Formats: sequence, structure tokens, C-alpha cells
Amino acid sequence: MSRVIVVTSGKGGVGKTTTSASISAGLALKGFKVAVIDFDVGLRNLDLIMGCERRVVYDFVNVVQGEASLNQALIRDKRIKNLYILAASQTRDKDALTQEGVEKVIEDLKADGFDFIICDSPAGIEKGAQLALYFADEAIVVTNPEVSSVRDSDRILGILQAKSKRAESGDEGIVEHLVLTRYNPSRVESGEMLSVEDVVDLLNIPLLGVIPESEQVLNASNAGEPVILDTEADAAQAYTDVVDRFLGEEKAHRFLTAEKKGLFKKLFGK
Amino acid sequence: MALLDYLLGQRKKKTANLAKDRLQILLAHERSERHAPEYLPQMRDEILAVISKYVEIDQEQLQISIDEANGFEVLELNLVLPDK
Ligand SMILES: Nc1ncnc2c1ncn2[C@@H]1O[C@H](COP(=O)(O)OP(=O)(O)O)[C@@H](O)[C@H]1O
Ligand SMILES: [Mg+2]
Repeated sequence: MSRVIVVTSGKGGVGKTTTSASISAGLALKGFKVAVIDFDVGLRNLDLIMGCERRVVYDFVNVVQGEASLNQALIRDKRIKNLYILAASQTRDKDALTQEGVEKVIEDLKADGFDFIICDSPAGIEKGAQLALYFADEAIVVTNPEVSSVRDSDRILGILQAKSKRAESGDEGIVEHLVLTRYNPSRVESGEMLSVEDVVDLLNIPLLGVIPESEQVLNASNAGEPVILDTEADAAQAYTDVVDRFLGEEKAHRFLTAEKKGLFKKLFGK
Repeated sequence: MALLDYLLGQRKKKTANLAKDRLQILLAHERSERHAPEYLPQMRDEILAVISKYVEIDQEQLQISIDEANGFEVLELNLVLPDK
């Protein structure tokens, strides 16, 4: 059975693409066949984060409009077996995707035996974001511990619950998961940042994981490697835990507390 | 400076609490709007039509919502009439 997962947030720049790349890579590393689709028409970026930007020949819109076959457009990842990327179109207008076209692509991927189809949503709550979530079975809501991100996550939850295929057909609703990213435990401890408990309390959905603010994320995107592959990095380990929990494993949450600073450091700076 | 920051930091207000309080109020409000009954927009239009028969009003000025308060469902209507 294939599972369609949308990675969504409402607000832009919170870490959807970073999360899509790492979760897709993590699931493929576990042996699953994974396709990750960039729904951000006009603002293609997933290819860069995955390091396959020079191998994009055909894109999602080409497939939807019948100008290329799905097989021609799927880019096979060079590092990880069973991982495929479908790039967004860079030039077309946002209306180039249709609901029927998206449905056909997802159905074809299911028929091709993909275990997971990860939909990297564009920002916003309008058409692009709604198309990305429409066919989802599960949603990973990416949130930063910050007021506008929490508010936008709540709005996207409203859309998941009202405007998805599952909601409209009266089926069981989309399964919701929270991934809290760019978490800075020391700022939480000093009372300057919403804590993970605060955000869970506010959004009231199950927590899949917390990804710490990490310098390695920038290094990974510079190199075009999903950060999960940088196994030493705390963000990578946190994403690995997310993948394990997503697959049903029980795992304690990590990286929630600040490294203890000695009194000397506290008094005299970093 | 770090020493000063450290000592001052002890007394600084916790902005995270402020954020949580504000969000709690805002999300409750936005959720109640989302869960508003389907007939609300049409009811709003009809109420507007009735009021417009008697006074000239700015359509945007009518706020209408259904909230829950103390176990009761409350229909709240807010309209500022223009000065004559
Ligand atoms: N855990 C993290 N730590 C530090 N920076 C991060 C983290 N997650 C994402 N970022 C950075 O945030 C920015 C936006 O991330 P991106 O995944 O492109 O967001 P979105 O797809 O939601 O717009 C990027 O510059 C990325 O490197
Ligand atoms: Mg993105």
C-alpha cells in the first residue's frame, strides 16, 4: 500500500523542503521505494537541496501536460537506491497544475510500486498548497517555534480538515503529524522561545519530532545533500528519529535541552 | 558585558509566555470562524438586506459570529451605525 504524505506549513521558509528531502532520503535508506515531488511551481528548489539540479530534463508540469512520461521525468538519486525526485517546473505559471493531472501522476506512482509519495508543498494556503495536500493520506506539518508559523500551521490544519480529498469524501481524515524545526533549546530555557510543550498545546496534534536549529543544515544545502546523510549532525539524528517514529518505532525525543554552559561561559560570553 | 546581560537576563520578561497567551486567544477565535455553520454567510447577507432597508450602512461594518460561552451558543452581531 502506498502512502501519500504532504509536507506543509502555510508559512514559507520554515523548513518544508529541508524536511521533505531528509524524510524521503531516510525512508529510502530503510529500503522503501520513495518519490518526492516538488509542488512549488515557479520556485523549484527541492532539486538543489537533493543535489540533482543539473539532471532535471523534464518536470512535474511536463508530465501533467503530457509532454513527457513519468519515467522520463523521475530523477533517480545517485546516492540512495529507490529514491526518485520529480522536480517542479521553473518557468510555467502556477495554474499549470490541475487536480486531475496531479491525481494521474500520484495514481501512476502508486501503480509503479512506490511505497511513499512525499509532496513538498509550496508556502501559502491557496491553490498550490491545496493541490499539494489534496490527495494526502498523512500530513507532516512543519512549524517553527514562532508566532506567525504557529498561526499559519493552525490555518493549514483547518484546510487539511476541510479541503482535502479525505475530508470531502467523508473518509477517515488525514493523519496529522507535527515536526517542530529550528528549535533552539537555550532560547526556550531563557523564556524567549515557545517550547515544544507550548506548540503541541496550541496546535493539539501529535508530535513526530523536534529538529534543532543547526548549522549543518546550511552546509548540507550548500553541498546538495539531504542533511539526514550528515550522520554526525544533531539535525540528522533528529530527522532519523522522525523517520523511525513515522515507521512506528518508539523513540525518546532528543536535543530538547541546551548544552550546559559552565558558569565561566555564562559570565564571560561564548 | 556578558556579566551584565546575565544579571539583567534574570529579570527580563518572558516573551515566550506572551506569545503563547496571544496565540491561545487568536487560534480560538480563528477556529471558531472556521467552524462557523454553513448558513452563516447567507444569514449575514439577509440580515444586511433587512438593515439596509432602514439605514444606510457600510457592508463591511457588520461583524457576525457564533461563539460558545459558558455552555451557550451565542450569536454575536456587531454593527456601527453611521453618524447622521
Ligand atoms: N533545522 C534547521 N536549522 C537551521 N536552518 C534551517 C533548519 N531547517 C531549515 N533551515 C533553513 O531555513 C531555510 C528555509 O528552509 P526550507 O526547507 O527551504 O523551507 P521551506 O521549504 O519551508 O520554504 C533554509 O535556508 C534552510 O537552510
Ligand atoms: Mg520549499
